[in-house]
Amino acid sequence: MTKIVELRTGILEKNDLLAQGLRQQFAQANVRVSNWVSSPGTGKTALLEALLTVAVSRGVRAAALVGDCATDNDAKRLARSGAPVRQIVTESMCHLESDMIGEHLTGWDLAEVDVLVIENVGNLVCPTAYDLGEDTRVALLSVTEGEDKPAKYPQLFHSADVVVITKTDIANAVEWDRSRAIDAIRSVNPSAPIIETSAKNGTGIDALIDLLSTPSAAGTHPPQLQEAP
Amino acid sequence: MHELSIAHAVVSTVSDALPDAHTRVRAVRLRIGQLSGVVPQALEFAYDVAAQGTALADAVLVIERSPIVIDCPTCGHQTLADAHDFTCPTCHVPCGTVISGKELEIVDITLDDAVVAAT
Repeated sequence: MTKIVELRTGILEKNDLLAQGLRQQFAQANVRVSNWVSSPGTGKTALLEALLTVAVSRGVRAAALVGDCATDNDAKRLARSGAPVRQIVTESMCHLESDMIGEHLTGWDLAEVDVLVIENVGNLVCPTAYDLGEDTRVALLSVTEGEDKPAKYPQLFHSADVVVITKTDIANAVEWDRSRAIDAIRSVNPSAPIIETSAKNGTGIDALIDLLSTPSAAGTHPPQLQEAP
Repeated sequence: MHELSIAHAVVSTVSDALPDAHTRVRAVRLRIGQLSGVVPQALEFAYDVAAQGTALADAVLVIERSPIVIDCPTCGHQTLADAHDFTCPTCHVPCGTVISGKELEIVDITLDDAVVAAT
């Protein structure tokens, strides 16, 4: 004899519950949190370094958690900005999960932080499924990657609250087709703000800080799981 | 390749749902959306590894794929969409609302009562 037991449970429910707890913790401390996701080489760290430096100079209290499979190279780079930074070494895991965020916040006084940026492991697929308790999911795309990347990786670009285009200072040199890229983004995400940036010349960095530090700019990122119809 | 993490989450969640330590699972049915980022073949492979030595070791994994369905804000029609383009085929407006296709869900599990009774 066998019996069927209906569960109707999200596979990542444990991650999602922890993420909800983090989200409440962030809201109580009035911290705006963003989760940056892109492929390796998009320039997340270079942009984040520039953003943290400008944020510190503007008096915005910014902090960062950076995820990589190995090394603390990124944390060292980012610490040059003067902002508090911690490295999360995932030991080959291809994405961050919410328990890693909780562990790496230990000892930080969130009341001293206005904006927390979580730089995910460079990967366009796996991080998409994992809620980290962020307010804003940021998908990044560089002008060297190909304008149709949002069509090739729709999961990420659909789930993004903000889309950031990086390395615009070399757009002409690589014959970047801006309108084709924006069409590809809009085909899977009709409403997310698109910010064009350059870590080299500072384009878009103030706008991005404003967007990530304003409570009404992007809604609370919805949990990944949806009730099946 | 986060399918191994997903497989471990399936095994952990199902194990927690079992009534006792003797119950054996015969089947696990999942619903995996086409926009979930999970590849069924990779998940099946990872599941075989994750289930070893657990109450799910002999359980068959059944994966149902749910298609991407978009809801058009202009004409109100719900239609199937390709993964790379959520444009309404009727009025050609990009649609932000995906009402199906993101699922990562454990639908149900089949338990072996005979084993429970015998132990």
